[in-house]
Amino acid sequence: MRILRLAALHLRVVAMYEMQYRVNFFLQLFQSLLATATGLAVLALVYGQVDELNGWTRPELLVVLGVFTVLGGFVQALVKPALVQFMDEVADGKLDYVLTKPVDAQLLVSIRAVRFWQGVDVVVGTVVMAVGAARLHPGPGWLEVSGFLAGLGLAAVILYCFLLLLATSAFWFVRVDSFVESFDGIYQAGRWPVGIYPGWLRIGLTVVVPVGFAVTVPAQALTGQLGWRTLAGAALLALVLAVVTRVCWRLGLRQYSGASA
Amino acid sequence: MIGAVVHRGRALFDIYRANARITMMSQFQYRARNVMTLVGFLTEPVVYLAVWTTVADAKGGSVGGYTPGTLAAYFIVWTLVRSMNVVFTPYGFEWRIRSGEMSGALLRPTHPIHHDLAAFAGWKVVWFVMWLPIGAALVVLFRPTLHPQAVEIAVFAVAIWGAYLIRSLFQWLIGLVTFFTTRVAALFEIYIVAELMLSGRLVPMSLMPTWVRTVSSFTPFPWTFGFPIEALVGQLGTRALLLGLATQLLWIGIGTGLLALVWRAAVRRYAAVGN
Repeated sequence: MRILRLAALHLRVVAMYEMQYRVNFFLQLFQSLLATATGLAVLALVYGQVDELNGWTRPELLVVLGVFTVLGGFVQALVKPALVQFMDEVADGKLDYVLTKPVDAQLLVSIRAVRFWQGVDVVVGTVVMAVGAARLHPGPGWLEVSGFLAGLGLAAVILYCFLLLLATSAFWFVRVDSFVESFDGIYQAGRWPVGIYPGWLRIGLTVVVPVGFAVTVPAQALTGQLGWRTLAGAALLALVLAVVTRVCWRLGLRQYSGASA
Repeated sequence: MIGAVVHRGRALFDIYRANARITMMSQFQYRARNVMTLVGFLTEPVVYLAVWTTVADAKGGSVGGYTPGTLAAYFIVWTLVRSMNVVFTPYGFEWRIRSGEMSGALLRPTHPIHHDLAAFAGWKVVWFVMWLPIGAALVVLFRPTLHPQAVEIAVFAVAIWGAYLIRSLFQWLIGLVTFFTTRVAALFEIYIVAELMLSGRLVPMSLMPTWVRTVSSFTPFPWTFGFPIEALVGQLGTRALLLGLATQLLWIGIGTGLLALVWRAAVRRYAAVGN
């Protein structure tokens, strides 16, 4: 309860700050729409040639594009800003101020920074997803929708843990912003179902950088292609990642030597 | 009179040589970072390659005249062309204006574009050396079908520099917008989307609908990605190859002319920011 109140408080402060820069909303909306239009044009190109891409029909890939955009918005708005601030603080020793506060440091680090307007992607992605879902035959039932929501939640956990794991390496290597930056490039691979990639890359995008897996699982759920085994696998991956991240965080904190030492 | 022109030409050449060398030497120090940048460029072509290979397989082995083997060749050559195509971006202009660095650059006796062209040209040497092992790894992984002839290799070697010049000139033109407004992101993003669709960066142009190809033939874009790649991968024939180089030259001329015009207006509008 206290955690939720704390998160809400931080969100309110950020919202007040970002409301000063309202033009950024239109800029972000423009960028979101441009990126989505590009994605739709590419889909039109592909489906001008074939009716099915590796078993995925056009509305199904629309769902993938929507999930990709929603999760991308989640990462850019909530996850990355917090981690970028965290990495900077490790580099110049300001993390001390976080550690002295009477709340769990990992929690505090994760909720402090938000880029409000990036959340536009979540809205645009939801619209794309809804349009894709409305064109499915047969339409998704309650089983599909609940599988989808579970998959989306697991994907969010997987992406958050993976990025925090990357950022935590700052405790050892200090300058790691390029790791997190290169994530943006690799995330683009999630635009397509992970099954179209050659075997070694598919495994990489599932286990090493679980981007493809995170986007594909919720999309499979909504389009009724998800077996319970894959969902269980996603849950297991999320759990393992969460534990590993927590352990690495604790180890890293022990490594951290403090203000500009 | 002629003596003065020759003298100026030599002076400019020396500036290019010195700037290219400086960048080359300093970038060779940051080998790990440069390799990371090149590896970062790989996601984009690998994704395109995977998608279109899947499409080609679904259509019984070829799409738009490309087999999985030639598609692999197209996107592997793409990675080299992409690294040649990196130029000073309009975002860099924003930074130059806000930091006040542009004021200093304007005081130099030569046009600031010479500095950028030379510096990035020197950087290409570093990237080319580092691209070689990456290219070799891609060849092993994706098994391209590539049998270039001597003339194709020669044209390719010239065309990548033509592509570099065209892209530099047009991105500089967009960068100059920052002299009028200090926000250029929206315009630049439209430029990038246009480039994706019209240049052969997203997909070989033969896979595009006819009307898109018609539109693209009136723009500089296909000469920055599609032409150099197809020069090496495709079956263009000597006539098309030479005609392509001539068209690159034409776009370099158009770009230079536009830049000269806009530059004069822009410098008059320039107001220093920063300290």
